[in-house]
Amino acid sequence: MSMGLSSVGVRAMACATAWGAMAWLGAGAEAQVAVRARIIHTMAGTPVRDGVVLVGADGKIERVGAGASVTIPEGYEVIECAVLTPGLVDVRTTVGLTGMYNVDQDQDVLEPGAPMQPELRAVDAYNPREPLVGYIRSFGVTTVHTGHAPGALISGQTAIFKTRGDTVDAALVKRDFAVTATLGGGAMAGGDKSPGTRAKQVEMLREKLIKAQEFARKDAAKADDASEEGEGKDAKPPARDLAMEALVDVLKGPNTKPLIITANRAQDIASALALGREFGITVWLDMASEAYLLLDELRSDGGPVLLHPTMYRAWGETSNLSLETAKILADAGITFAIESGYEGYVPKVRVVLFEAAAAAGYGGLGFERALAAVTIIPADILGIADRVGSIEVGKDGDLAMYDGDPFEYTTHCVGVLIEGERFPGELEYEIKYP
Amino acid sequence: MRTIGSGGWWVGLAIAGGVALCTSAARAQETPTAFINARVIPIDGAEIDRGYVIVRDGKIVAVGAGDAPGQGRAERAEVDCAGKVVMPGLVDTHSHIGGIGGADGSGPIQPGVRVRDSINVRDSGFRRALAGGLTTVNIMPGSGHLSSGQTVYAKLRFGDEVRTIDDITIWNEGHTPAGGLKMANGTNSQRGGGGAFPGTRGRSAFLVRNAFIKAQEYKQKLDAARREDGSVDESKLPERDLDMEVLVEVLEGKRVVHHHTHRHDDIMTVLRLADEFGFRVVLHHVSDGWLVADEIASAHAGVSAILVDSPGGKHEAVGLRFETPGVLERAGAVTALHTDDWITDSRLLLRMAGLAVRGGMTRQGALESVTIAGAKLLDLEDRVGSLTPGKDADLIILSGDPLSVYTVVEQTYVEGRLAFDRSRPDDRLHAMGGYNAATDTEPYFCCYDAEMKHAAGLAQSGGGQ
Repeated sequence: MSMGLSSVGVRAMACATAWGAMAWLGAGAEAQVAVRARIIHTMAGTPVRDGVVLVGADGKIERVGAGASVTIPEGYEVIECAVLTPGLVDVRTTVGLTGMYNVDQDQDVLEPGAPMQPELRAVDAYNPREPLVGYIRSFGVTTVHTGHAPGALISGQTAIFKTRGDTVDAALVKRDFAVTATLGGGAMAGGDKSPGTRAKQVEMLREKLIKAQEFARKDAAKADDASEEGEGKDAKPPARDLAMEALVDVLKGPNTKPLIITANRAQDIASALALGREFGITVWLDMASEAYLLLDELRSDGGPVLLHPTMYRAWGETSNLSLETAKILADAGITFAIESGYEGYVPKVRVVLFEAAAAAGYGGLGFERALAAVTIIPADILGIADRVGSIEVGKDGDLAMYDGDPFEYTTHCVGVLIEGERFPGELEYEIKYP
Repeated sequence: MRTIGSGGWWVGLAIAGGVALCTSAARAQETPTAFINARVIPIDGAEIDRGYVIVRDGKIVAVGAGDAPGQGRAERAEVDCAGKVVMPGLVDTHSHIGGIGGADGSGPIQPGVRVRDSINVRDSGFRRALAGGLTTVNIMPGSGHLSSGQTVYAKLRFGDEVRTIDDITIWNEGHTPAGGLKMANGTNSQRGGGGAFPGTRGRSAFLVRNAFIKAQEYKQKLDAARREDGSVDESKLPERDLDMEVLVEVLEGKRVVHHHTHRHDDIMTVLRLADEFGFRVVLHHVSDGWLVADEIASAHAGVSAILVDSPGGKHEAVGLRFETPGVLERAGAVTALHTDDWITDSRLLLRMAGLAVRGGMTRQGALESVTIAGAKLLDLEDRVGSLTPGKDADLIILSGDPLSVYTVVEQTYVEGRLAFDRSRPDDRLHAMGGYNAATDTEPYFCCYDAEMKHAAGLAQSGGGQ
């Protein structure tokens, strides 16, 4: 990240990369780009050595191959780097709803007043110009699934964005994607308000989902009514209810609208899975600090796990988290991706590159599986693998460039492409204070 | 202002004064142990591709390249470190492990409070710190005060002999606990104002200035009570005031101020006050340090910096940059890194050194930032921080390069004793985390058996009722 100082000697280091001196400004999405790299981790087959990726004027990947086999067409800007990966996908964050200053004015993560507000939408709260969005992009993160924070029984609906664009619409990939809920100590109302216990939390969720079932029944009756002689022709269509509509979609299952439940303690994980069984839906778990205690249950009943940041602090609800849970889940064949999650204090946003690195090294997950956990696997989980998560022809030209092993502490992200549009890496990214 | 960590007069004084380590764990003569075939990073000299470190009676006795003298034949234990790295145990200049508590809400300046009086030596944080290769830690009282009390320098000894805080305390000569004074400015110590606590930076500085002026006056009374022959006229002594006694130690250069400060102007306020009152200061956190690096260096203040994974989280830390340690290094400031555990995890201090290199610090500077630089800032450089013969045998064995993400701490030795071994299940639990890893040390693993045996012994010897 640039500090706006020419004397600090960091810029010189950045310029040691073959393309460090290239101008960032004025690079439009229409640019045709060829990226040469000593190694390309495509995440679709074995890595390509001394390869080239062509990104066309439409921002899509046109060619991927060994350098010798790819002719770079005239007019393509050539960029070189040591290591190329797909743009990273953060499977669960709150960035854009949380801001760097951490003051009321830039925190839109939790709405007080009611414990269950599925009607809230991240798309109405995401700030694409938040400096932390650019910050994580400068380390290679190009897609984020973001939303309200854990801490309310139901906090809202998430959305998926690219980490570019000056407006929500320009950044948006999918809106109103999932409903987020929280079980356990993190979502108690406090005082004499509900929920005040774990049992009450589950009861309140159950009641709300039953109401949604009834709402759906009335809605279906209304639809029958439209066919004239239907039994429900006298049935009154229910009044619009945005909360119920969101939960009706949840009841249709994760292909329509996933229910993501943040749960850390094993008993909360079990409650989340049981709730899913009760309503015939597959629940996605978030954080899941004690997932290693319930591997069989997760295999039989669970959806994908949006796993806590590897370096998340072990305290309170997360006291028992382990730095090797990613490895344990991977070995058990449970689908998971590593998230940046939510932080109330510092670091205000975590960087999935770092969390995957800690899992790869300290946590014993290894390079390939850790990189997959922040690229192709989260893309699959989020249903956007047709666009992102791997370097394949026809996918978005979202690429992250590094001057060495992306996970090494001393490596730098030297640049990022999102649909062919160039963005600065960590050494050049300059925070613009809002 | 007096110099920190650059060989100023007080360094000589500290060495002459002799910072003595705890002697309660005195031991019989032990056979030496040689760590052989290791890549040795001594810190005080060039890295050795294949060499040895010999320790005896808790001290380092020899470090060198190639085979150790008499390797394979000598009367001693030998630890084969082929493929491994041996370097000094890490020094963490700012940590909150041990379930600490400091000053309370009754006032913003409470130098009399000692963090030592709050520490649980069975806290799992000590195990995690050992798993990260930490062997010397400056344990600080918590935040939110202009001064939240006295810090304590601790040696992370581990085992049955560690029973109370005394067993891990590093002692000054005269058996007073070694430590500094925690201070803070900026928003950390502001609580809205209108009461005892300041609401603005101006009042924060005023309150500190006022306290030090009172301490100067208190010191004058102490000095006036001293007769020419050095004896004390007790009738002239002022009433004892524990807060003032500590501030006088600070004024006399006997106690270093460890000062939380983030924003560039807050850093300058610390330097101004240190200059005004002549106290020795280590600047902690210094998010904006890169903006005033030359000022810090020319004031000869020490720096204990932290790198967290993104800027912000609070207003005064939006300037945080990975570049800061490198900028400070180039400016010539003695620069250490700290965990501020639980802000960052003690198990990952070496990671921070790696990030400092990422931000432009030299490799040597980064390795020093978690070893000898910290030792200098704690006045312990004659004891710890490098693999120098005569120093404490605090060392760690790493699986690979200290700045690589793929490296782990395999063993941690404190004064020659194995305090962490990743191959032991209970140590591994604390290294990785897992069920019950964050609770107090399990009695089964450390103390319970020994306590029961001890109790049985007491009963047999008639000590029991």
